[in-house]
Amino acid sequence: MMKNRSAAAPFAVWMLLFTIVPLGVVVWFAFTDAAGHFTLDNIAAIQGHLGTLAYSIALGALATVICLFLAYPLAYSISRKTERVQQTMVMIIMLPMWMNFLLRTYAWMTLLENNGLINRFLGLFGIGPLGMINTNGAVVLGMVYNFLPFMVLPLYSVMTKIDSRIIEAAQDLGSNGWQIFRRVVLPLSMPGIVSGITMVFVPAVSTFVITKLLGGSKTQMIGDTIETMFIGQAANYNVGAALSLVLMVLILLCMAFMGMVDKDEEGGLVV
Amino acid sequence: MEKEIIKLKDIAVSFDGEPVLSGLNLSIRDGEFVTLLGPSGCGKTTTLRIIGGFVTPDHGDVFFDGKRMNDLPAYRRPVNTIFQRYALFPHLNVYENVAFGMRVQKKSREEIKKTVGEMLALVNLKGFEKRGVNTLSGGQQQRVAIARALANNPKVLLLDEPLAALDLKLRKDMQVELKNIQKSLGITFIYVTHDQEEALSMSDTVVVMDGGQIQQIGTPQDIYNEPENAFVADFIGESNILDGIMHEDYLVEFFGRKFPCLDAGFGPKEPVDVVIRPEDIDIVSPEKGHLTGTVTSVTFKGVHFETIVDFKGFKWMIQTTDYYEVGRQIGIVLNPEDIHIMKKSAYSGMFGDYSSYSEEFDELADPEADLVQESVDEENI
Amino acid sequence: MKTLSKIYNGLIFLFLYAPIVVLIIFSFNDSRSRSVWHGFSLRWYEELFCDKEILNALIVTLTVAVIATVAATVIGTAAAVGMHGMNGRLRRAMMAVNNIPMVNPEIVTGIAMLLLFAFIYRSTGWFQLGYGTLLLSHITFCIPYVVLQVMPKLRQMNQHMYEAALDLGCRPVSAFFKVMLPEIMPGVVTGALMAFTMSLDDFVISLFTSGSSAQNLSVTIYSMVKRRITPEINALSTLMFGAVLILLILVNVSQIRGQSKAQKA
Repeated sequence: MMKNRSAAAPFAVWMLLFTIVPLGVVVWFAFTDAAGHFTLDNIAAIQGHLGTLAYSIALGALATVICLFLAYPLAYSISRKTERVQQTMVMIIMLPMWMNFLLRTYAWMTLLENNGLINRFLGLFGIGPLGMINTNGAVVLGMVYNFLPFMVLPLYSVMTKIDSRIIEAAQDLGSNGWQIFRRVVLPLSMPGIVSGITMVFVPAVSTFVITKLLGGSKTQMIGDTIETMFIGQAANYNVGAALSLVLMVLILLCMAFMGMVDKDEEGGLVV
Repeated sequence: MEKEIIKLKDIAVSFDGEPVLSGLNLSIRDGEFVTLLGPSGCGKTTTLRIIGGFVTPDHGDVFFDGKRMNDLPAYRRPVNTIFQRYALFPHLNVYENVAFGMRVQKKSREEIKKTVGEMLALVNLKGFEKRGVNTLSGGQQQRVAIARALANNPKVLLLDEPLAALDLKLRKDMQVELKNIQKSLGITFIYVTHDQEEALSMSDTVVVMDGGQIQQIGTPQDIYNEPENAFVADFIGESNILDGIMHEDYLVEFFGRKFPCLDAGFGPKEPVDVVIRPEDIDIVSPEKGHLTGTVTSVTFKGVHFETIVDFKGFKWMIQTTDYYEVGRQIGIVLNPEDIHIMKKSAYSGMFGDYSSYSEEFDELADPEADLVQESVDEENI
Repeated sequence: MKTLSKIYNGLIFLFLYAPIVVLIIFSFNDSRSRSVWHGFSLRWYEELFCDKEILNALIVTLTVAVIATVAATVIGTAAAVGMHGMNGRLRRAMMAVNNIPMVNPEIVTGIAMLLLFAFIYRSTGWFQLGYGTLLLSHITFCIPYVVLQVMPKLRQMNQHMYEAALDLGCRPVSAFFKVMLPEIMPGVVTGALMAFTMSLDDFVISLFTSGSSAQNLSVTIYSMVKRRITPEINALSTLMFGAVLILLILVNVSQIRGQSKAQKA
């Protein structure tokens, strides 16, 4: 195979300029003050935001786990269908993703409001109105709604590779449904689980729009905090950069941890 | 005497630190059918790719018609290649595949039409112009690949195990066809295979390779009848190889008995490898034989029986059309022309004893053995 | 078990589509309410078409998506070809770099670009936030999608085909266009489609890199949702959903047609 390594040169230059250098700039801002002098004040300022950080991780983890449990049976049942049906079902799951993220979240506002559709429906039975919007629960719901397809797709992708004959062999050897799940399907689907968790947890922890629209003023996640550091009157690029750095390191640690759990390199990005 | 058309001088190449070829010298004459023969990983495909321009040697030179060709890239060399698994272009039909090289050279419409027609007739695929290549069988795809390469009028055609993917019968037919095409066009064919029968039946010259080195070069008869070391003797056909001592010219001793033979030129009392082909051994009653032994196994092969006989602990293979049952005592007679003497080499002692299974089979039972296929590495380079 | 799974699947689909269906229904509502039906009307669609802010944003969104997709496809395909010929270590390093925008939270990518442009602006006065910076950031996050779709196609390709083209006299660049490109085309197209989709829909990165002058559709919607909420947004959602649906159906139909053509041949 003749090597055309130089074809990747424009890519290398571009990514250097617009991916690597910006990360360096973030580090620079994180460790300097407004005048450009070196300082550790920004890192110290993070202490005040630890609560928000913990809160974001908790909510993100919760949403991820819910997504996993909802997506797993769905992905499995799709993977056992015929190819045509599979394609259609995957398309149906993908379709909402193609609609604008903000609009999808806005749609839930409509449903969850105090005089929204769900409460009106419940009102017919004399129940409510339930205070659903502007709560943690609403935020988690919004996250699950938006990120569920990102969990389904990697799981489905890995499960289609599980040959039905392996399951038949397990049945032939006397395993019942639960045993087959625990000893055959679960281990084989691990790369998909890792991939799905990665694809959901990262955006979930760092989201900020969902909290604004569905959580109101009561909820503040790390994404919101970072946004205010860059847009608006309270902008402080330096502290914002420090916070982003912390977020990035956190995510990297999680990915490294996931990488250890899944020893084959398949977990990386099962797209 | 035909002139030399390709010359490889002191070629050495390694991949990822592993030497694949070292000190390779090879000269190929115009118009001959040369086969590079050897087991997987011996370097034969790499040698071919060096000639084709897809691999650059670390040391050494490649000459074409006397001119140094090292720096010439593949697309400028006057050689064409038939790849394993054909590498036809799936998005083009048969006509466009065959015409590809000519279109690159911007030949005229009429010329292309004429040549494509001739080539397809040559490989017996007339009428297949519009067919998509994915609809063709393996044998048909093979022929399109041949037509595509020959349409460019190369001086040398390189063939990398082209028949490996075909069924046995088809393979044998294609062997004949390829040989005929080569004879009628008169161009040089450099053929790579691990199938020794294929090599013997098609070639003018066989180059036997192992471990990145040439073991022997010669005509098929020479290679078969006069192997130069135990590797060649074992790789080509079946051989019984035993230790012997050359007492003097034309006289060799093994198993405590002296046998007259036809080879000379060894030192007095020099230890040698003695090669005896299974089909050359005559079985007689124990009293009349030069040596006697006991039959330990018999396998029916259709053409002959493969009989394993134990002579004082050394197992011989004898191919015979008669049936000798297990346990029977037999005698063998060896005529001078059936005994071939070779100098001892690094391969001595590794082959020729039929007491065990093949090397690969033994490796299956060995937990430490590395069973990764070397041919895969060769292909990916 | 089968009916249980059917019910489960049905519930999930209901969960996914209920909000969208509600949005669509209430886009035709003859009142400001998002939850009380007052009759059928197209007034919100009329208002939508008169809304200059939205129309401008739409133009920005579409042009950025098209240009970014083209640029990302070219750079990304070339990158995949180059990486395909690299040895393991170098290739893994480049793939790691390629994956950075995908692995990083969007907000981090967004502010990293913002800071880059801010830094350059403070030093040189170039790169004030606007259309240009928006475009540059979109190209950057689109490239990985193309690379990830083209790489597997390169691996699946018969490695000898490119060599066969060279063997027959083609120069390397010509061999690429005549032989490699047709083979990897499905990957290139899929990658381009993904890039296009990601660019159209992008919000977070665009928020940080477009400043106030070149707002794309998502950013505009965000400010609308924060300020005033009218069913105009519902109308916009319905139209966008409809457009995507039609696009997907067209793509699917052409795929099915292509498959049956291949089967007939």
